Amino acid sequence: MAFLEVKNYRKKFGDNEVLKGISFSLEKGEVLAIIGSSGGGKTTLLRCLNFLEIPDEGTLTLGGETLFDASEKKKNAESDIREKRLHFGLVFQQFNLFPQYTVFKNITLAQTLLAKAEFRQKKKDFSAVLKSAPPAERKKLKEEQKTILAEIRAGQKKRIEEKAEGLLSRVGLSEKKNAYPYELSGGQQQRVAIARALALSPDILCFDEPTSALDPELTGEVLKVIKGLKSSESTMIVVTHEMEFAKNVADHVIFIADGVIEEEGTPEEVFENPKSEKTKAFLQKSRDLLGEEAEEVKGDVL
Amino acid sequence: MFWQVTLNLLEGFGVTCLIFAATLVCALPLGLILAFGSMSKFKPLKAVVKVFVWIIRGTPLMLQILVIYYGPALLFGWGFLDRVVAVIVAFVINYACYFSEIYRGGIESISKGQYEAGQVLGMTKSQIFFKVVLLQVVKRIVPPMSNEVITLVKDTSLARIIVVEEILKVAYDYTVRGLIWPLFYTAVYYLIFVGVLTLLFGFIEKKLGYFRV
Repeated sequence: MAFLEVKNYRKKFGDNEVLKGISFSLEKGEVLAIIGSSGGGKTTLLRCLNFLEIPDEGTLTLGGETLFDASEKKKNAESDIREKRLHFGLVFQQFNLFPQYTVFKNITLAQTLLAKAEFRQKKKDFSAVLKSAPPAERKKLKEEQKTILAEIRAGQKKRIEEKAEGLLSRVGLSEKKNAYPYELSGGQQQRVAIARALALSPDILCFDEPTSALDPELTGEVLKVIKGLKSSESTMIVVTHEMEFAKNVADHVIFIADGVIEEEGTPEEVFENPKSEKTKAFLQKSRDLLGEEAEEVKGDVL
Repeated sequence: MFWQVTLNLLEGFGVTCLIFAATLVCALPLGLILAFGSMSKFKPLKAVVKVFVWIIRGTPLMLQILVIYYGPALLFGWGFLDRVVAVIVAFVINYACYFSEIYRGGIESISKGQYEAGQVLGMTKSQIFFKVVLLQVVKRIVPPMSNEVITLVKDTSLARIIVVEEILKVAYDYTVRGLIWPLFYTAVYYLIFVGVLTLLFGFIEKKLGYFRV
């Protein structure tokens, strides 16, 4: 069984069926590129994987465990969904950094909140233990617990900060640690967003057209970072318009058109020997566009 | 003479400040509740709040003061509220409605992406509101809020319609007795008060200037 298995995902918005039964699987450490024209359902699929949208039908298994089953409605309450989300990370097209926090706080915020919840739980457990202890030992036990809790808290803080430092250096932005998002270029903001998503160590990191909102000269630095993650056995799903990038980085490519998987395979299979007419047309169109852009650039230079 | 007038006006100004402060303290949170009501997914609640806000914003505050003060007595034969209390109740309701629309505008101006970013990072709804959205909303609503709060300072003069001894009423009583200048002298009090508020809001804006939304 594959690491991630998505079966028959369907999603409707009103009368508009955006996903018409999508099934695919992904091995651990693999990079999956999802390509296709706008409105085809790529982004909706990604949003369904992150439970920003709840699929109407379908199941999702991760590491052999059924994480989501659309038929089990009662299990899909807000708090359960929240836990499921932690298995996936998502990097948005528009970065969506929190503007009021520094780069560092952007990365540590979610982890800090989770650590706090964990800490509160521990404290609760401890006070339950304390209550059931014989009165004579309580004072001593209380002192011990205090020390342990202080250690836990310090440990959490250290772990979170070290991790954030490490991630910042990985995306090459250590010197921007205390900058605010508005002080960064789009490319830098997106790199911070990647670090922020990685901070929670998701099983699968998803990218929703991570370079579409960037100026052309800034896409390179972001793609390089994503490429760099591949070597570290992260499992990734990238929705992208960058065909070259998909070709070079992905292990597996899915072409989605009108809510169904029109074609899938290795980059060679999809890009060099597409079987479906739709795929051929799409690839030709994106090549033409690229050609035009190249012409335009040439024109500008001349 | 001048000294006596100054002190008398100051006393009236005290009432003005009381109405102002009480209105702010009650209307700021009440406005937030109304704002959530007007954004509720529960349609009937939303409709009720919207109609309420429409009525309050669509009728003169002076009329509302009269209704609150005379209404219970005339309609139901109940006793009269204390005059100052009646004024404060009317002001709180009126300003809560205006504030609610400012809050709503501020909250709705925050991009969906901010909520979604919080969601995919495993935050709860309340964490997203308090840790991510709130400060951005505050930053956005400071300018319209400062406008509204400054208007409130001067709206307090409407209280004299039910004979509350606020500063303008005190000054007006002098003109009835043939002394006209205290009426214009009240402007000094208003200007100083509004000046302080302007500085305060400027300070808040500057404090929140460290980030951009």
